[in-house]
Amino acid sequence: MSMNTIEQVATQTAIDQGKAEEDGGASVVSVEDLHKSFGSQPVLNGISLTVKRGETLAVLGRSGTGKSVLLRLVIGLEKPDSGSVRIHGQDIAGLALDQLGAIRMKMGFLFQHAALYDSLTVEQNVAFPLQHHKKKMSKSEQRDRVHDLLAEVGMESGFAKMPADISGGMQKRVGLARALALEPDILLLDEPTAGLDPISSAEIDDLILKLQAEHHMASIVVTHDLHSAKAIADRLALLNEGTVVIEGSFEELQKSDIEFVREFLRHS
Amino acid sequence: MIDNSLATTGVIRSPSPGQQVLPVSSSSLTNSSKGFINEFFEWFGDLGVFFWRVVRAAVTPPFEFRELVRQLDEIGSKSLPLVALAGAATGVVLSLEARYSLTRFGAKSLLPAAIVFSVIHETGPIITGLVVSGRVGAGIGAELASMKVTEQIDAIEASAVNPYRLLAATRILACILMLPLLTLAGDACGLFMGWVAQALVEPLSLHQFISTGFNGASFNDFLPPTFKTAVFGLIIGLIACFQGMRTQGGAAGVGRAATNSVVLSSLFVILADVVLVKLILIFFP
Repeated sequence: MSMNTIEQVATQTAIDQGKAEEDGGASVVSVEDLHKSFGSQPVLNGISLTVKRGETLAVLGRSGTGKSVLLRLVIGLEKPDSGSVRIHGQDIAGLALDQLGAIRMKMGFLFQHAALYDSLTVEQNVAFPLQHHKKKMSKSEQRDRVHDLLAEVGMESGFAKMPADISGGMQKRVGLARALALEPDILLLDEPTAGLDPISSAEIDDLILKLQAEHHMASIVVTHDLHSAKAIADRLALLNEGTVVIEGSFEELQKSDIEFVREFLRHS
Repeated sequence: MIDNSLATTGVIRSPSPGQQVLPVSSSSLTNSSKGFINEFFEWFGDLGVFFWRVVRAAVTPPFEFRELVRQLDEIGSKSLPLVALAGAATGVVLSLEARYSLTRFGAKSLLPAAIVFSVIHETGPIITGLVVSGRVGAGIGAELASMKVTEQIDAIEASAVNPYRLLAATRILACILMLPLLTLAGDACGLFMGWVAQALVEPLSLHQFISTGFNGASFNDFLPPTFKTAVFGLIIGLIACFQGMRTQGGAAGVGRAATNSVVLSSLFVILADVVLVKLILIFFP
């Protein structure tokens, strides 16, 4: 696809986004009747969710219930078997890789294990999206922006370190800085506190809350950590066997009579 | 029970007491061969789709020049010592073997020509292809496989960067461009060491060796065999990137991808050489 087509898609996305916002709080991310199987193993069985601008949705559930698959479908790393994923009103299911690229520029993704590029330094990792998409920025502007982003996530030093030389919590912070590099309006976080000690988890939660307040993004946070979800999310969706068992505030989950919900809350 | 199993599984010979019977039914054999055939064609189908995606990514902007230059250095410059050494060793061996054979048949004067034609026609290109498929194929396969299993390729895609363009197209193009150049270097080392090996036995100047060896040679002897290695480069880069980027299964998967990259690219380089030699003989007689 030529650059013109990428620009057309980006422009169309911006128009759709504008229309959606004119409609008054329309969904930025909309997932409808999503089905996904791997071989004969069904993972998602008709998931429907929406997230508005400035809203944070936490997706909870046991391990292997398809939470991470849901995020990968939202950003287009997986194709759904059926159903639709709409970003700013545009269905991304049938888009080619370069067309998806135009939409992904408005999305940030924090991977479960950060997925930092192990051959690049911390600074180069955060600079990666800028080098590819902000080519008009000078080297010094890019460097300043990278330092600002790293400062925003609480990293003031160690920019020249390799990912293998920093802790898991630091890797998450760098991953978050990289996800924010292109100023996304949708943030997808896959288990942001998994594998971290309670203090680091709380710090990451605080950081996510701070970023939400500052950037006003639509966020989907996949987690099995109920305390973290309660702290950072406006709404929670609990998944079991590929379907949404309940969706609502933490208080609504607490009041639920559904056996699975009660059991999940009891063990969290 | 044994009789029943004999009847149903097709085991012909009666087992001796204590011998374990491996039940091999004809239907399971058929199924496994069907599975193998399916996998075989599926592999080629996936390779075709992968190649198409890489070509489409390679010919559309934005172009990844910086990564291409890095790969040219990684694949070209860093393979040079190995290719030079392999070429030199081949030159020495050819010189020793050819001297022995030609002397037996009274054609010792043809020794420089025999070395020159052997090196530039066949041994230089194929040795370069195999050395690069070993070094570069394993390197690309393991690197991309490691990136795949640690979700780094997904992270590239999530950053709105096309991994086929950034990772695959640059490496494949670098292989295509560098193989002919490495072949020239390998040929040069082979010819030089071929001369050294001969000069140690019987005094002969380099100028005399070259002028005798290249006497009667034309561009048709030189260019097609050198440029056929661009096809080797395509094969090595394509298979290594393909194997790396489709890896699954952690550390074991990375090891498998590296091994498969070397084995398959070496195999396809040899098979391609058979076809290319025939085509060169037809079109450049």
